[in-house]
Amino acid sequence: MDLVANLGLGLSVALQPHNLAFCFLGCLLGTLVGVLPGIGPTATIAMLLPITLGLDPSTSLIMLAGIYYGAQYGGSTTAILINLPGESSSAVTAIDGYQMARRGRAGIALATAALGSFFAGTVATVILALFAPPLAAAALNFGSAEYFSLMVLGLVSAVALAHGSVLKATAMIVVGLLFGLVGADLYSGAPRFTFGIPELADELNFVAVAVGIFGIAEILRNLENETDRDVMVKKVTNLWPTREDFRRMAAPVVRGTALGSLLGVLPGGGAILASFASYSVEKKLSKTPEEFGKGAIEGVAAPESANNAGAQTSFIPMLTLGIPANPVMALMIGAMIIQGIVPGPNVVNQNPELFWGIIASMWAGNLMLVLLNLPLIGLWVRLLTIPYYLLFPAIMAFAAIGIYSINSNPYDLYTLAVFGALGYALVRFGCEPAPLLLGFILGPMLEEHLRRAMIISRGDPMVFVTRPISATLLALSVIVLVVVLLPSVRRKREEVFVEED
Amino acid sequence: MNKIVASLVLAAACSVAPLAAGAQGWPERTITMIVPFSAGGPTDTVARLVAEAMSRDLGQQVIVENVGGAGGTVGAARVAAAEADGYTVLLHHIGMATSATLYRKLAYNPLESFEYVGLVTEVPMTIIARPGFPADDLQGLISYVKENADDVTYANAGIGAASHLCGMLFMSEIDTQLTTVPYQGTGPAMTDLLGGQVDFMCDQTTNTTSQIQAGAVKAYAVTSAERLDQLPDLPTTAEGGLASMQFGIWHGIYAPKGTDAAVVERMSKSLQVALQDQNVIDRFAALATSPEPQENATPAALKAKVESEIARWKPLIEAAGVYAD
Repeated sequence: MDLVANLGLGLSVALQPHNLAFCFLGCLLGTLVGVLPGIGPTATIAMLLPITLGLDPSTSLIMLAGIYYGAQYGGSTTAILINLPGESSSAVTAIDGYQMARRGRAGIALATAALGSFFAGTVATVILALFAPPLAAAALNFGSAEYFSLMVLGLVSAVALAHGSVLKATAMIVVGLLFGLVGADLYSGAPRFTFGIPELADELNFVAVAVGIFGIAEILRNLENETDRDVMVKKVTNLWPTREDFRRMAAPVVRGTALGSLLGVLPGGGAILASFASYSVEKKLSKTPEEFGKGAIEGVAAPESANNAGAQTSFIPMLTLGIPANPVMALMIGAMIIQGIVPGPNVVNQNPELFWGIIASMWAGNLMLVLLNLPLIGLWVRLLTIPYYLLFPAIMAFAAIGIYSINSNPYDLYTLAVFGALGYALVRFGCEPAPLLLGFILGPMLEEHLRRAMIISRGDPMVFVTRPISATLLALSVIVLVVVLLPSVRRKREEVFVEED
Repeated sequence: MNKIVASLVLAAACSVAPLAAGAQGWPERTITMIVPFSAGGPTDTVARLVAEAMSRDLGQQVIVENVGGAGGTVGAARVAAAEADGYTVLLHHIGMATSATLYRKLAYNPLESFEYVGLVTEVPMTIIARPGFPADDLQGLISYVKENADDVTYANAGIGAASHLCGMLFMSEIDTQLTTVPYQGTGPAMTDLLGGQVDFMCDQTTNTTSQIQAGAVKAYAVTSAERLDQLPDLPTTAEGGLASMQFGIWHGIYAPKGTDAAVVERMSKSLQVALQDQNVIDRFAALATSPEPQENATPAALKAKVESEIARWKPLIEAAGVYAD
């Protein structure tokens, strides 16, 4: 069969010593930039583009790909240890991962993230090798109507993210949606909430918002009571998950991988949705949903698997169609063009050694990452024993440098500061930042696809229910809504009856 | 306290700008080439190829820094306000001229805030449609579009994008208004075109050549004066009977106003060397474009281009009534 021959070709490329070396270099760099708050794979790959000029195309792409999925591994580290997600996907990991760390289970959370990511990465690579072309073709059936319905499903599920009041969670989603409106309107160019500042015309920087609302807010909260914090995290129990932990993480990892692999294929936001969606799914399926938000291992295992699987399958539209699914993929396309290879449907035929070499290198890379990360866990956990008066200025400095490096835009730093203060206020009011962040991500996409679907349908809203995929997604949203609301409705009715008695 | 004093002294030492950079010594350190769009895009690719070749000629690194935002105006404003010492330059495309009309409030003036170094390349545009679109050639496209003006959709990559300008020009040439569907960048627009969600678009060869070669989209015409080597079967707009629809996405290099004339001249020379570099020629060819001839890689040619292009697009943009701010 062709597949065997193709994978053989891929392995022969990926296992060449210099390619292995660059794959390792990419994974190492990726882990490092993932760990450093703020500095993400996009900035790193942009900085390394000039270096790739001197390498051959396969080698440079193998290295850049390593940086990308390496950063997915590393990004969860700071999310878990210091509540500082560097990437949208690790924002979900921060919810339960950080709570695990506060209970002295940081090592277990990190090991769960690494092992879940490894499993997901391996499975997604197989999917990529087997089904890339048909999956890419299927993704093309997703028009704006389908995306809109998918976003609705995502937002409805977001209520499940909250572990406190549903009312507050809904309010946070709406606040997030409103912040998502800042910037020039895509369709008319009209500036919205920009106060005449051109730097705000391109929306608020996501990383600045996420780091501010999670990380900076957490630092402010910790500074309230210095002694508390030290006691809290210095108690690190064991580093390795127990048999019970493994039993609890197995199913969430498998479900997260499946969800991530599927959603990752969709260009534009698929991978982001995957980690949020898998968290909601686990919370719904769990027998102990009250543990979520307080350090549930499922809440780390599922989204980490989903985001790594999604990171891997997001290569599908890029490699098979030449379409970037996210900014990192756009950079990879740039790197290919600089090398004289124009990405498109022909790459798999014209440059099979490149296509299959990248896929095979992902196997090698995932193995390297797990070998690299597991021994590092002890080191990361020891990081927490650094006195806080040294740690927090360092975190702030790295976060500021990282965020500035994305666009060299000082307004991103103001965003960081404002959202840090806002995040702190929200914590004081008992509101959770995760639904706000989801609203912020999904809001602009929801609006964009709603309006585009309506433009294409000439203003006929029936388009959302006459297209089968869209109709199915909307039906699912209704079911989720009913499932979420029913228990509280029933409880209300019971309360009413109690009072009548 | 001592530490604070020491760091203040250090900071002051670092921020001392080199005094009076004449041409003799230039360049003595790394030059920053600002690209007002994100890394990995077509303009960024052009900049990186040219920067690499210029580095070799100048003996100093020319590094590309991406300052994206607001259709390229944020990066252009950054360079307009930068120190005129020859160590900050801008590589911008046709947006330099169209922003003069698209934006009613600009922090710079395209005709007064810059010194012109030279033209780099002019990337042609291609008119393409979704697979299965009824029309088979440019005339067929025009008559189909005119007859079905209420149903046909045109995709573009956002206000001010190359595909937006091309669509504006096309509609004005055939005197028909179509439903325009804006996207955030060419990537998602191309996805929807491939998936048949929208009908047709017009974009740079940089984005379309591989799709055309693979037969994934229908192609009708290229807006250059002659056919392209990479797409020999694709007729020009003139061949297809739309001779006035000739244009490309031209790129130029600029320095802040007040940069020493001798320094600008040296930059211009270096650009000319870079445009003859075999690697640059080959990579440009892979993008289905070619370097500007030597006489265009000059300050005078770029200045004339900016002036004529502002005049060309102003009435079109004003007639469409679309502004980006």
